[in-house]
Amino acid sequence: MTVIVDYGVGNLFSLLCSFHAVGENAVVSSDAEEILKAERIVLPGVGAFSDAALKLSKSGLDRAVVTAAKNKVPLLGICLGMQLLFDESYEYGVHKGLGLIRGKVTAIDDMGGRLKIPHIGWNALKIKDSPLFKYIKDGDHVYFVHSFAATGCFKSVIATTEYGATITAAVGENNVYGCQFHPEKSGEVGLKILKAFSELKKEK
Amino acid sequence: MITKRIIPCLDVKDGKVVKGVNFTGLKEVSSPVALAEYYSKNGADELVFYDITASSDGRKLFTDVLRETASKVFIPLTVGGGINGLDDFDRVLKCGADKVSVNSGAIKDPSLIESAAKLYGDQCVVLSVDIKRVNGKFTVFSKGGRVNTGLDALEWIKRGVDSGAGEIVVNSIDTDGVKGGFDLEMLSAVCGIVSVPVIASGGAGKAEDFITLFKTIPKVDAGLAASIFHFGETNIIELKKLMKKNGIETRI
Repeated sequence: MTVIVDYGVGNLFSLLCSFHAVGENAVVSSDAEEILKAERIVLPGVGAFSDAALKLSKSGLDRAVVTAAKNKVPLLGICLGMQLLFDESYEYGVHKGLGLIRGKVTAIDDMGGRLKIPHIGWNALKIKDSPLFKYIKDGDHVYFVHSFAATGCFKSVIATTEYGATITAAVGENNVYGCQFHPEKSGEVGLKILKAFSELKKEK
Repeated sequence: MITKRIIPCLDVKDGKVVKGVNFTGLKEVSSPVALAEYYSKNGADELVFYDITASSDGRKLFTDVLRETASKVFIPLTVGGGINGLDDFDRVLKCGADKVSVNSGAIKDPSLIESAAKLYGDQCVVLSVDIKRVNGKFTVFSKGGRVNTGLDALEWIKRGVDSGAGEIVVNSIDTDGVKGGFDLEMLSAVCGIVSVPVIASGGAGKAEDFITLFKTIPKVDAGLAASIFHFGETNIIELKKLMKKNGIETRI
């Protein structure tokens, strides 16, 4: 069973339905016990980094997520949930993340006003070999909505996209994964990524 | 690079899809859920649902339809119509909407844009504007294009973006339902003053109209249309093939 962490940020209805659509028995939970017992964990998130990080730590669920991740339970951060996996974010100040993946979150370069920020819409993925991508192919499109992106995480990058410059689209390090895009809003391609995640098992 | 988006728009009344031509004369097409699933499978990049129901019973039907759609369709879903306050944002976001489009509600209470953007993020707030030329000036109309607000459209849009609107839908009343192509002059004017995504609406009559739109105004991010898709006059996959052939970035 996959547990989607509910720490009071955003609406989780679509995300829950997308897991059900690939046949995965997912639940939304704000219970640390349930998160610690999960086979897989999804950390969602929308809005501002500092606000989400604060809600996550206030709920105490950050400890459950980190403990489970260190116990090798597959974890997938989505959008802001992915950004929270990193050491720190520079979104309006400097804020600490969960520190599960080395790197930081910085503003997307608008190329001197040439690019629209946020980066909204469907963009193509350049993927590396990863269990998360076993059902998709290089060049498949996914849906992005973000103004900040992960940098300094070269080793853990498993997918990039082009928006003026090369942007981190997904990361993976052992059992910890993150997608900057929204798989639950990326049609068939997104569902295939969620299906692949649903097949991941805790490393022994 | 980011692709140009093609967005079918579904006007929903009492839980059923309708489409107005110049905002009057409604014709029923199909069930919103079935139509949304069809479009999602056939290349639509996003969907817009406009709730044109007046009664509270109809509104309940709408949220039921929305919930069912969001549980079956996994592309971005924008909801508009009858959005007058934060409780309306809450109501549709809970049922699976990703973005909320405000129009008359923001004209009545301009602070709604800012308070919604603060609460849900800029990316969630779409400012939809119905614009008509009045004495050669782009003027904002409200209530489904019936009431002249006297507001200058470009000033209104600028103000909306400054308040936190993350996307702008420009609906030209002058070209809506005429099927003679998008309002290129109006769209260029809007693209010249904002840095957020602009969605063109009103006037699409054939696939070539989208090519002209994206070729003439590269800053336009998306094209929105209803009847040409609903009546099968233009197939989205065929349209996207044509876009690709013309060197326009698209998701096929």
